[in-house]
Amino acid sequence: MTAASPITEADLQAWVDGQLSVERAREIQAYLATRPHEAERLEAYRAQKRELHALFDPVLDEQLPERMVAAARPPARGRMRAIAAGVAIALVSSTAGWVLRGSIVPSGPGPATAPARTGAMAASDFAQRAALAHAVYSPDVRRAVEVSAAQEDQLVAWLSKRMGTPMKPPHLQELGYALEGGRLLPGGRGPVAQFMYHDDAGAKLTLYVSNDVAEGTAAPEAKPGPASAPVAQAEFRFSQEGGGVNVFYWIDGRFGYALSASAGREELARVAALVYRELKSSR
Amino acid sequence: MTTDDRERLLVWLPRLRRYARALAGQRDDADDLVQDTLERAWSRLHLWRGVVDMRAWLFSIMHNLHVESARRRHVDTVPLDESDAARTAEVAPRDRLALRDLQSALDALPVEQKEVLLLVGLEDMSYADAAHTLGVPIGTVMSRLSRGRERLRALMEGRNDPVHLKVVKK
Repeated sequence: MTAASPITEADLQAWVDGQLSVERAREIQAYLATRPHEAERLEAYRAQKRELHALFDPVLDEQLPERMVAAARPPARGRMRAIAAGVAIALVSSTAGWVLRGSIVPSGPGPATAPARTGAMAASDFAQRAALAHAVYSPDVRRAVEVSAAQEDQLVAWLSKRMGTPMKPPHLQELGYALEGGRLLPGGRGPVAQFMYHDDAGAKLTLYVSNDVAEGTAAPEAKPGPASAPVAQAEFRFSQEGGGVNVFYWIDGRFGYALSASAGREELARVAALVYRELKSSR
Repeated sequence: MTTDDRERLLVWLPRLRRYARALAGQRDDADDLVQDTLERAWSRLHLWRGVVDMRAWLFSIMHNLHVESARRRHVDTVPLDESDAARTAEVAPRDRLALRDLQSALDALPVEQKEVLLLVGLEDMSYADAAHTLGVPIGTVMSRLSRGRERLRALMEGRNDPVHLKVVKK
């Protein structure tokens, strides 16, 4: 270039960052030689860069935390598949078996009255509690979960122990939700498990599981009776709770499940169908 | 393939961590940010084949996570962190004050200026890479850089003009 083009602020910044051609840098240098204030300003910017490096470069040499290195490792797909196949949050006890409401209970004959009516009040309370738990924990960036999905084995063991029932989080990857982890919460009478998921955009979805929902209000005999069809549909309910939290929930025997998210009814229904399907196939 | 992928991530860990520390301030917050970035990167494994610039991609994931969390977190809290003491102890005493000043001055910058300043000034990204990472035009990068640097200079020199510090009750 023959006639020097006008010097812009962008040129000056690029001079600070050494992102100019040698020729252009020389022009800037000549420009600064006659402008001490500008030279001083740019020198201060250069000093900022040196100080930033002095302050933060030591981080480069810090030992990486174990969990961070683990997170850089590819998720164990085979293991996840196996868990998903064993499906989800289900009662796998050999004696009781996990049954959907309306399906046949192997033991204990009782009235064929479905617990839908009796459980209804408890169910709406249940949805409210689930929505509240969602609202409280999902914005918590640092401690959204007590045990992260990285320690899934521990999570499963711990929740199963505390809930007194085998508990496994369903994997909802096929719908774009990654498991973040889980936590234990106080429920109406016993502990409640909450599993947290998020989609690619970071939107949270929680699955709230209680194993004492219907028992609290429904008579013990109101358990699914043999008179019903072997495969009945669980009754899904949708509720819009405060704070923009939508809840999709259903009750199966003494188990209550609630999916909470800010996502709409349709999306929640899709996820609920997947969770339900996984539970069903695990029987 | 997975070994390569893992290597691809591991290579960037120290730098992601350095950027996160400068961005989030507290060690725990910063490491959580790195952790979340890695998790999201894995959840988008299907996109990896299309990723030309791994660094820009990872840093943009971190940028998005940071912006999301900043948006959610209305009230800023400063947890007690003993690692702060450990960190500053490594620095020679006479520099300590200046470096602490830099940290708090950085934290006083608007996040969009801080990000540009760090990507360019600490991560040594080209303006084009920074623009790509943040998903903004280069012109925006340049103006944020210019304003951010001047603001940081004013803060470091203890000038209040042109900076108006927000008083936050803690």
